Amino acid sequence: MKKYIERLWNGLVKENPVLVLMLGMCPALAVSTQAANGIGMGLSTMAVLVLSNLVISLLRKVIPDQVRLPAYIVIVASLVTVTELLIKAYIPSLYEALGLYIPLIVVNCIILGRAEAYANKHTPMLSVMDGIGMGLGFTVALTIAGALREILGSGSVFGLRILPESFGMTIFIQPPGAFLIFALIIAVMNAIGIKTRQRELVESDCDGNCAMCAAACKDQMKPGTIRLDGEQKKEAAAAPAAGETKGGDAK
Amino acid sequence: MNKSLIMIIVAGALINNVVLNQFLGICSFLGVSRQMKASASLGAAVIFVITIASAVASLLYDYVLAPLGMDFMKTIIFILVIAALVQIVEMFLKKKSPSVYQALGIYLPLITTNCAVLGVALTNVQDGYNFIECVASGFGTAVGYTIAIVLLAGIRSRINEKDIPAPLRGAPIVMIAAALMSIAFMGFGGLQL
Repeated sequence: MKKYIERLWNGLVKENPVLVLMLGMCPALAVSTQAANGIGMGLSTMAVLVLSNLVISLLRKVIPDQVRLPAYIVIVASLVTVTELLIKAYIPSLYEALGLYIPLIVVNCIILGRAEAYANKHTPMLSVMDGIGMGLGFTVALTIAGALREILGSGSVFGLRILPESFGMTIFIQPPGAFLIFALIIAVMNAIGIKTRQRELVESDCDGNCAMCAAACKDQMKPGTIRLDGEQKKEAAAAPAAGETKGGDAK
Repeated sequence: MNKSLIMIIVAGALINNVVLNQFLGICSFLGVSRQMKASASLGAAVIFVITIASAVASLLYDYVLAPLGMDFMKTIIFILVIAALVQIVEMFLKKKSPSVYQALGIYLPLITTNCAVLGVALTNVQDGYNFIECVASGFGTAVGYTIAIVLLAGIRSRINEKDIPAPLRGAPIVMIAAALMSIAFMGFGGLQL
């Protein structure tokens, strides 16, 4: 039982996909204009993530290793299409608000990343819990960012007016605000000492392939410390036993 | 055919910049923009793939999916087409033009997971563009991506020399730079063509 709780905690806090691993930034930046949109996007992604983790975990011994990525993409794309049609039918307002970003859940790095890093090595139950944890982490991050942007940008949150209308700094609802808010959230996390791994992820020679990235950082990255690049490189060279620090996580 | 092709290209590249305005392809935008050279290679590869992918996706949609009434399959079909296309382009370049292949290096296969490619294909269909307009829109979008990533790489090479406050080092300062770029690009919103 502890293992399952640990998965939830891991996704929600320790490896929060957006704020710590910096995966799935595209939808996070794009739909966080309002807290409600953040929740909608987060829950849709979570539904796809939980199901894809379940299916991939069930099929992990069936899918040949060489064609696993195309196979995952097809599975995820089918699930996304189902989700898209369901949202279109039952929550048309959300469909209008999220628009293009619903089909784009297919290329959300979190989903392929979790398939590659977790679901294809673990039991279905654990993978589902991992999906729920990661999905919740994504939802929470999007909701926080959405609420902040909505308060600063239009003075209300979930449609509730908090600040007078004249207060609104529209820049926060417009595209630049997304970058600013996420930069500040991550900076605050850095400042109060929450160890984030995003620094290494961005600063390391990321090849742009998020699936591989997530798979790699799960096993190899160690919790981040803030240092200048040169020092960091030197230390990495001096202490190549990065795997050891994460040893406890594997069990 | 009510929009001129120039308008579509300029709109894709500057007014609705794919990275700074629509937030597609952020992963590689933040990840690869560390070096100017890598960014330029990735940009070239993206222009190449997006232009071809929008052409193929447009043809497939107009002549296969739409007549068969399989509109709902477009996400699955497009992502498969893009994945296959990247593979084919890679094999073709390797055989016919090794120098280009060398220049694009590892960036070619990784474009499959770049959401800008799928995003453009889907937007084109949504906007009801015809074949030529799809190619123009794809090309414009990809040029916009390249402009954004090369500019960011330039800014980052300057940031690296500066003394940034500790909590802002790494990702936060890069995103603040991106925010400022985004504000600058908002200025293109006033363009009337």
